[in-house]
Amino acid sequence: MRQLVRVVSWLYALTVYGFIFLPVVVLVLFSLQATSFPIPPFTGPSLRWYDAVLSDVRLTSALVNSLLVASISSAAAVTLGFLSAWGFARFVLPGSGLLRGLITLPLTVSYLIIGMGLLVLFNWAGVPKSLLAAGIGHVVINLPLCFAIIYSQMGDHQINIERAARDLGAPEWKVLLLITVPVMAPAIFAGFFLSMTFSWDEFVISFLLTRFDTTLPVEIWNLLRSGLNPKTNAVGSLVFAVSIVLVVLFELTLLRRRKT
Amino acid sequence: MSSNGNSGNALPRAGRALPWALVTPALGWTLLFFVLPFIAMGFSSLTAHEGGGFTLSNYSQFFTNPSYWQAMVNSLQVTAIVTLLSVLLAYPFAWILAEQVPERWQRLALMLAVLPFWTSYVVRSYSWLLVLAQNGVINRALTGSGLIAEPLQLANTRLATVTGFVHFFVMLLTLTIFANLKQLSPSYRKAAADLGAGPVRTFLHVILPLTLPGIMVGAFLTFVLCIGDYITPQILGGNNELLMPQLVMMQIGRRGDFPLASALSIILMAVVTVAYLACARWLKIERA
Repeated sequence: MRQLVRVVSWLYALTVYGFIFLPVVVLVLFSLQATSFPIPPFTGPSLRWYDAVLSDVRLTSALVNSLLVASISSAAAVTLGFLSAWGFARFVLPGSGLLRGLITLPLTVSYLIIGMGLLVLFNWAGVPKSLLAAGIGHVVINLPLCFAIIYSQMGDHQINIERAARDLGAPEWKVLLLITVPVMAPAIFAGFFLSMTFSWDEFVISFLLTRFDTTLPVEIWNLLRSGLNPKTNAVGSLVFAVSIVLVVLFELTLLRRRKT
Repeated sequence: MSSNGNSGNALPRAGRALPWALVTPALGWTLLFFVLPFIAMGFSSLTAHEGGGFTLSNYSQFFTNPSYWQAMVNSLQVTAIVTLLSVLLAYPFAWILAEQVPERWQRLALMLAVLPFWTSYVVRSYSWLLVLAQNGVINRALTGSGLIAEPLQLANTRLATVTGFVHFFVMLLTLTIFANLKQLSPSYRKAAADLGAGPVRTFLHVILPLTLPGIMVGAFLTFVLCIGDYITPQILGGNNELLMPQLVMMQIGRRGDFPLASALSIILMAVVTVAYLACARWLKIERA
């Protein structure tokens, strides 16, 4: 009986892994396709489609735009999130619970609706569509995330270090920059890298709020209109590689925290 | 945190304005770029597309136009199927990872299970197209092995949309259910065994009820993300049947009808809110 459960479990797990990995394996495999269609039979291997992607100005500039928007909006989200987390964790504010709820509220609303709202608002205010507008939207979705991560890591032991610094005569800004930021660095980096992965991959808000200069997911979307195409496979595989690097950085910063 | 009060008192008097200076930027950002847009959307949904002026016609259109109504029905059906399938697939998988895989391999096994999570969302839907297309991997395998003569119509169907969604949410639910199973104290299982329950009874009467809150949280998350998603139905489902997010985007893209798009978004949000209230009993646990 136990043996049977084990065998069935293995078969089941392998099937689910197969289901989970199928599209990714197909994507990467056919990005190495030598001929023009990403369909069987496999005719590779060849790097010509990677070459085509890297020499495509629209795609490479979209890639740079994506990295710019992701890093700047994540930096903004993590700064706002950190300052507010510190404020809420260290000081008693009236209505603190309600205000914290307000900051985390965007987490419960779909990106489509956040993008729609900003589109309507910017349209009324006469703000043109741009990478800046999309970046503002990315801060809206990532700020609650950064806040939640950093706020949950504000422990009591840090309060004592901060108090010691104050007793020794450090002004508030010195306590913040020389004590709290270094102590909280793992959580700050974790928030930053997680925001990066979300902003880097975000589609709907960028699609609604940009026009001429746009981000990589939107450019990939445009590429999809040409049907199945190994170039899309190649750019998709590259995006996957960048995401994995960001996730590993996120894991490493989080693991470092656990060890200390 | 209990020590908040003390640290507040330890502040120099001159620093009283400091806490507000810290939290105001984040609050201001949320008010300006999240709450205000929402209010703007509310106003917009009450105006006429042409000529302005206040009207309820955007909302009444939703209830009277059968194709809009149908989009909501489609959305609810797809979301319900996806949520159910994802839970049914993910629960045994999470259980196997938590119970059958040796402790030291668990982290790796879980990381592998969620690895495709980090491919681009747009690209992940597209890769399913490679699998499901007329001349895609599945059809080639089936015709090649002689099982079928003509390729099956798999892409541009509801089946394709559901497959793409389930792929995404199995990973998500595996994470949440796995975490939930690991939090269960082994003593429950021992107690049930001591009292004479077999593995099946232990599972049905002890483990399953105890993990129900986790399942509900995961299912709610699936519901919210699934019903609000535009990419997967648009790429995999094609335009054969419209889901709500596709309908919303169509109003903006083709017709520039912001008021109607706003009204439809607000209706969509109302549905999510109702779902939240329906599961609130279980979802509250996370807040505590």
